[in-house]
Amino acid sequence: MDASVRLPARHDSAVGKPLPHDSAHLHVTGLAAYIDDLPEPRDLLHLAVGMSEVAHARVTSIDLAQVRAISGVVDVCVAEDITGDNNYGAIVADDPIFATGLVEYVGQPVFAVAAETVDAARKAARLANIQYEELEPILDPLTAVEKSSFVLPSETLSRGDPQSALNSAPHRLARRVSLGGQDQFYLEGHIAMAIPQEDGCVLVHSSTQHPDQVQSMVARATQRSAKDVTVICRRMGGAFGGKESQAALIACIAAVAVDKTGRACKLRLDRDDDMIMTGKRHDFVIDYDVGFDDTGRILGVDFEFASRCGMSADLSGPVNDRAMFHCDNAYFLENVRVLSHRCKTNTVSNTAFRGFGGPQGMFAIEYVIEDIARALGKDPLEIRRRNFYGIDERNVTQYQQTVEDNIIDEIFDQLTASSDYQARREEIRAFNSSSSILKRGISITPVKFGISFTSTILNQAGALVHVYKDGTVQLNHGGTEMGQGLYIKVAQIVADELKIGVDRIRIMAADTSKVPNASATAASSGADMNGMAAKRAAAKIRTRLTEFAARHFSVAEADIDFHDGHVTVGDRQLEFAELVQLAWADRVSLSAAGFYKTPKINYDRDTFSGRPFFYFAYGAAVTEVVVDMLTGENRILRVDILHDCGDSLNPAVDLGQVEGGYVQGAGWLTSEELWWNDSGELGTHAPSTYKIPTCSDLAPDFRVELMQSVANREDTIYRSKAVAEPPLMLALSVFHAIRDAIATSDTAMPDLHAPATPEAILRAIEAASHE
Amino acid sequence: MSKSAAIRFVLDGEVVEINDVDPTRTVLQFLREDLRRTGTKEGCAEGDCGACTVVVAEVNRDGDDLVVRAINSCIQFLPTLDGKELITVESLTPNDGSLHPIQRAMVDEHGSQCGFCTPGFVMSLFALYKTNDNPGRQEIDDALAGNLCRCTGYRSIIAAAKAMYVNAAQGDDWLTQPGGAAPDRIAKLKALRRDDSLELEYHGRRFYAPTSVSELASIYKQNPDATILAGGTDVGLWVTKQHRDLETVIYTGGVPEMCDVRVSKSHIEIGAAATLTDAVPIIVEHYPGLEEMFRRFASPPIRNAGTLGGNIANGSPIGDSMPALMVIDTLLLLRCGDVEREILLDDFYLDYQVNDLQAGEFVAAIKIPLADENAIVRSQKWSKRFDQDISAVCTGYHLVLQDNEVASFRMACGGLATTVKRASNAEAALHGKVWNEASIEHACEALVNDFRPISDMRASGDIRLRACQNLLRRFFFETQGDGLETVYSYGRQR
Repeated sequence: MDASVRLPARHDSAVGKPLPHDSAHLHVTGLAAYIDDLPEPRDLLHLAVGMSEVAHARVTSIDLAQVRAISGVVDVCVAEDITGDNNYGAIVADDPIFATGLVEYVGQPVFAVAAETVDAARKAARLANIQYEELEPILDPLTAVEKSSFVLPSETLSRGDPQSALNSAPHRLARRVSLGGQDQFYLEGHIAMAIPQEDGCVLVHSSTQHPDQVQSMVARATQRSAKDVTVICRRMGGAFGGKESQAALIACIAAVAVDKTGRACKLRLDRDDDMIMTGKRHDFVIDYDVGFDDTGRILGVDFEFASRCGMSADLSGPVNDRAMFHCDNAYFLENVRVLSHRCKTNTVSNTAFRGFGGPQGMFAIEYVIEDIARALGKDPLEIRRRNFYGIDERNVTQYQQTVEDNIIDEIFDQLTASSDYQARREEIRAFNSSSSILKRGISITPVKFGISFTSTILNQAGALVHVYKDGTVQLNHGGTEMGQGLYIKVAQIVADELKIGVDRIRIMAADTSKVPNASATAASSGADMNGMAAKRAAAKIRTRLTEFAARHFSVAEADIDFHDGHVTVGDRQLEFAELVQLAWADRVSLSAAGFYKTPKINYDRDTFSGRPFFYFAYGAAVTEVVVDMLTGENRILRVDILHDCGDSLNPAVDLGQVEGGYVQGAGWLTSEELWWNDSGELGTHAPSTYKIPTCSDLAPDFRVELMQSVANREDTIYRSKAVAEPPLMLALSVFHAIRDAIATSDTAMPDLHAPATPEAILRAIEAASHE
Repeated sequence: MSKSAAIRFVLDGEVVEINDVDPTRTVLQFLREDLRRTGTKEGCAEGDCGACTVVVAEVNRDGDDLVVRAINSCIQFLPTLDGKELITVESLTPNDGSLHPIQRAMVDEHGSQCGFCTPGFVMSLFALYKTNDNPGRQEIDDALAGNLCRCTGYRSIIAAAKAMYVNAAQGDDWLTQPGGAAPDRIAKLKALRRDDSLELEYHGRRFYAPTSVSELASIYKQNPDATILAGGTDVGLWVTKQHRDLETVIYTGGVPEMCDVRVSKSHIEIGAAATLTDAVPIIVEHYPGLEEMFRRFASPPIRNAGTLGGNIANGSPIGDSMPALMVIDTLLLLRCGDVEREILLDDFYLDYQVNDLQAGEFVAAIKIPLADENAIVRSQKWSKRFDQDISAVCTGYHLVLQDNEVASFRMACGGLATTVKRASNAEAALHGKVWNEASIEHACEALVNDFRPISDMRASGDIRLRACQNLLRRFFFETQGDGLETVYSYGRQR
C-alpha cells in the first residue's frame, strides 16, 4: 500500500485553502534567493572562523602569522577587535563571540579570517598556532551533576506528595535511561552578510529566526544603537530552532569584521564547522521512580533530569523548563516531582530544536507508561487511557493549569479504529511467535503540547500592511520563513481580511526596519501571533476604506461588502483597486500597523505555576516496525497519524508539517546519533557520519490525517492551532514500537536507550538475554 | 601527440570553453561563483546531502544514445566535464515563465518547504525521468537516496516523482519529456570528442586527462607524486574539506578502455575508471548475493561518479566492496609504465591506507573470477542507516559445502581492523566442519581472535564484534532457508 493523505474540505475563503508554499515556484526553479545567492557587494570579503581545538583550556598564546601569510587574506579579527561587548548571550551574558583567555569547547570561535575568497579564508583559518594550558574537561551530564557544574541552578517542580505516594504504592519501578541529542541539520548552514551603510549604520542579511535579537546583539557588540542596525531575512533553508539564538554569533562576527575592514563581509559556515560550532538539541539522562496500582494508574512519580547544556546557558533555562512542563504529556500526575539539572559541560552550547525540551519530558513519561504496562503484562494502550487527563476532573497539570481543551480520548478512539490497532496487535503476536530473526512491534503514543512561549513577555507580535494605489499589498510582519509555510498562511489571512486574491499580496522579508522588537519565530506560535497582528493591520485599512466609502457614496457602512476582489457599496460594484484609488485621492491612510499579544496567559516562574500556555495541541500516532534481532536493524512498516491543527489555516502546509515533524522525530530516536570522543571532539559533524532519515526510511504505508471539525476552543486566528513542533513527538511511537518488538524475547522490559541505533538495540537484546 | 588546453562542455545548448581555471575548482564553485547560477546549492561539500545535484549527459560508447546521470557538483572537478553536457536546475526551467513537468509536480504535491534541497531533488528526479518511465517506490527511493530533505518527510516528494509523468509535455523537447531520442544533443557532444588528451596548467598546477592507458602510465611514471583522479568522490573532499593543494592531477575518466566492463571466459574485467553504476549490475548479475550491499553502497550521484577502482585503490578499511571482492579471489591488474602485474586483492593492503602500489604504479583493472556454481557468496552491510551510510561492519563470505561439510570457507570483514581483512581464525574454525549451528558458534568464538575493533562514531568496538558474529550467524541461517528476509526486503514486500 502506498502513502495516503486526507485533506479537510476547503473553506470558501483564502483561509483554509491548501495553497502551495508562496515560494514553491521559486524553490523548484532554483530562483528562491537564500543569503548566499544574493548579489555580492563589489568589495565583499569572505570570512572563516578559527576554532578552539581543545575542550577546556587557558589560551596562553595565539600566533596568527601563518594565517595572515595565506594569499588573499586581508585581515584577522580577534576578541580585542570587538569594540562593544564581546558577547552574544541574550538571556545570560555567558557567550563570548571570540574566546578570550579561556576556551570551553572544541569548536569555540577564537578568531575570524577575512579574505578575498571563501577558499583562502577557510584554508587560512586552520593555520593558527594556538597554545593551550589544558584544564580538565567535563564531557557528560552525569559528571557535571557529580561536580555540581551547572549553567543555571537546578529547579524543582512538584505537586502533591510524591514520596508518600511512592512509598505506599502497590507497585514500584525505577530506571535510568539516556536520551540522545539531535543536530538540526538545516540544509542551509548558518550565514550572515553584513554591509556597511552611510553614517555608521550596518545592514545585516542574516539567516535567523530572530532578526530582532540579531539586531540587538550586533548593536551591543559593535557599540551601535539599534536604530543603526537593520537585519533582513527573506527566508532560511531550514532552521528548526538552530537559528533562534545562535544566528547572532554568525552575524556579530560578520559585523565586527565589517568595522575592522571597512568592507562588506560574509560568513557562511562550512557544514562541518556549523555542526561543530553551533548548538543542538539537549541530550538527557532521565531517572524515574514510579508507583502505580494494579490497574496501571500512576499514583506518584519522581523524575530527575540531567541535561547537557554545554558551555553556556543560551536557551537552556526555558528548554529545561519546558521539559518539566511536558513530563506529563497527556497524563494526569497527581503526585509528582521533577528535579531538573542544567548541566554545564565542555561541549557546544545546546540550544533550541523543535519541541524545545518538550520532547525530552514526554519521552520520560512515555517510558514510564510503557514500563508499567510491561510490568503488569497489559497493553500499553490500556495504561495510557487509564492515565489520560480527565475532562472535568483530574484535569489540572503539575504547574496548575487546567486542561480545558482535552480531546485525546477522541483522537485515540478514532485512531485505534482507523489503524485497526487491536487486530494488528494480535496478528503481530502470531507473527512473532513463528519468526525468530525478524520481530515486529507496534505502539500508539499521544501528544499534548502547550502552545505559547513560556516567557510571557515574548508572546507579542507586530505587522505592517501597505495598500498601494493600484490595490496591491505589501505584507510585513515580524515572523520569519524557514520553510514552515508561515508566510503563505499570513498572506491568506490578509487576503481574506481584504477579500482579495493572495496573488495581489507581495510577501516581504522579515526586516527590523519594518516591524520592530519582534519575538523569535519559535514555539510554534508564528502563525498564531503574526497572523493575528497582520489581520488587525489589514482590518484597520479595511475599516478606513469602509468609512471612506460610506462617506463618499453616502451609504450606510452596513451596506458595504468586500468580496472576491470587489467592494459592493449600496447598489454600486467597485473593484477593490478602484475604491483604493478613490480613498487615496481623498487622502485616506492606506498603511497600518497591527499588534497582538496572546491573551489569558500568566505564569509565575518562581513557583512554576499558572497558565503558561494559551492552549494545547493534540495528536497521536500508531507506528509498526520490524526489527532484526541479530543485527538490530529495523524498518518502519506502517504509520497512522491523526493530528489536531484546529481549523487549519492551510491544510497542505499543516500536513507537510505533520509528516515532516514525524520523520524528523523518527530520525532523532533511531539513526541520528551525536558522538563525542574522550577529548570532547564531536565525531558526527557531517552527513557522512550523522544520519538523518532518507527517502527510503519513510514507511511504505504512511497514512496521515488532520483531525476534522475541531475548532480551537480559544479565540486564535480563525480558530486554528499551531503545528510546527507538536508532530515531532508523534515519533515517540517509533521508539516504543521498536521496544515492543524486542520485548517479545526474554524480557518484558528491554533496557533500550535512545537513539535506538542498531547498536543500542543489540545492547538491549544482549542485556535481556543475560538477565 | 597533440595536447588540448581548454575544457569544453555544453551548457544550455552552448559550448563553454575554459582554459584558465584551477583544475581542482569544483563544478559547484564554477556555477555559483563564476557564472552566478545560484540555483544549485551547497549543503555539505562532501557529496552526502545532494543539494548540489546536477545532471551530466554524455554520448555512450556506441555513439547512438545519451547517458544521463545525476552527480554531486560539490566534489566534481570542472575539467571532468570535458566533452559532456551539464544540465542544472536553471536548464530545465522554460523561458516562458512556465514550469518543467517535474517542477510543476513538486509545486502541486507540496514537495518543497524550506526549498534549499529542492533544486537537487529536481535534478535527481530529472535523471530518473530520463531513464525510467514508470518507477515504483523502490526505484524512486533508490534514485533519491543521495538527496536529504529535512522538512517534508519525503512523502510529498515521492508523490511528485509519480505525478511528474502525468505532467509530461508533448512535443519534441528532450528536456521536458521522459526518455526520448536526442540526435541534436548527441551530434553536439560528438563534435566535442577529442582524439588528443587534455592537459591544463594553471599557476603551476597541472591536470592531465590522457586518452589511453599507455599514455596514462607514462605520465604517471614521470609524475609519481601526482594524484590519480577517477570519480573524485574522495579526492574531491581532499580539496573541499582538507584544503589540500593538488599540484598534479591525472584523470583516468578520459581513457575509454579503463571505463569498460567486459566479461571474459574466466573473469569480469572492470576498468579501474568504470563507474560503479556501470560495473555493479554486471557484478550483481553474476553474484546476486551482493545485490543488497551494492544497493546500499553510497548513493546514485556517488555511484555515477565513483569507481570500483577508486574504492579499492583508496583502501579505506570501511570500503564496502572489498570484503566481498576479497573472498571471491579478485585480482587487481597493476601497471607501472609498460610493466603489468597481477595481485590478489587479499594481498594488496599492507596497513592503514598503505597498499602494495609502487611509485608510478596504478590499478588499471579489477578482475573478478566468474562465479563458482557450487559456492554461496554473500555480503552484508551493517550501518545506522539503510541508504548512503558508511559501514560500521561489512562482511563477505564465500562458502562451498560438500555433503553439508565445509569444503571451503572464506570470510573477510571491513570496519574491524586497519584494513579490510580476512577472518582467518573463523575460516580455520569452520574448515572441514559440519555446517551447523555448533560449528558456527565455534567460528564466532574464533572471530574474537581475528579482530580487535575500535570504537568510533559509527559503533563501539565490542558491538562491532558482536554484530560481526551475529552477521555470521545470520549468514548460516540464510543457508538453512531461514532469515532469508532482511528488514529491508520485508519492508518492501508489504
